Amino acid sequence: MFSAGGVVAALLIPVHLFLFGLAFPLGWIDPPSHAKIAGLIAHPLARLYLFVLCSLPLFHWAHRFRYTLYDGLQIKHLNEVIFFLCYGGAIAGTVIAAYLLWNIGGWPR
Amino acid sequence: MVEKLEAEEKAYTLYHPRWYRPRVSTYWWLGRWPYLKFILRELSSIFVAWTVVLMLLAIASVERGPQAWAHFLAFMRNPLMVAINVIGFLFVVFHTVTWFNLTPHAMVVRVRGKRVPGLMLSGPNYALWIAISAAVAWLLMR
Repeated sequence: MFSAGGVVAALLIPVHLFLFGLAFPLGWIDPPSHAKIAGLIAHPLARLYLFVLCSLPLFHWAHRFRYTLYDGLQIKHLNEVIFFLCYGGAIAGTVIAAYLLWNIGGWPR
Repeated sequence: MVEKLEAEEKAYTLYHPRWYRPRVSTYWWLGRWPYLKFILRELSSIFVAWTVVLMLLAIASVERGPQAWAHFLAFMRNPLMVAINVIGFLFVVFHTVTWFNLTPHAMVVRVRGKRVPGLMLSGPNYALWIAISAAVAWLLMR
């Protein structure tokens, strides 16, 4: 799942961070109206896409961050704590994403 | 008698003293630029996770209505958030570039016995990345 998350992260994350973190808020590109974006994410395929987008990269982060802490800070003795924080965080994010996306209404229009 | 003593001395046992492992400093990665570059590459995953958090916040705000969506956009205009997102964007692109550049190393493709050059493996990844990014942007900008 680490490499799947890495591929999803490599392909999709930059454009999403650019649009939602910079371009839309700062007005470089006109942000979509609420009606339009609500209509977009109501579609089941859009929700599935968002679920994959929000779940796999978190597991990619969990694995990579865990080993960075081991190798970088030499704290392998804190194994259990790191394991639960990393994979627990990834699972928490996945659950939140599932909950949010499951409860989106407005389909079909 | 002397031969028997020599024979005993030559007997091997299973015992081996512990291998010597020098303790590595916590700051080993600051020693050289390639080490630091490696750690920075791995830390780019933090900003990948940050983007996921951002997307979850965006989805939640869209679900709550037009005011919440506008509030989310205004929150992202905060200078601190802009700074985090700019740095995050650089790191996330760094992740993409280093990830694609590793593809030829991870997957060695041979055609008729000769190894395919790396660019032919990572190039299509870049092209796919541009295409998919353009498609996502188009969907959101229509």
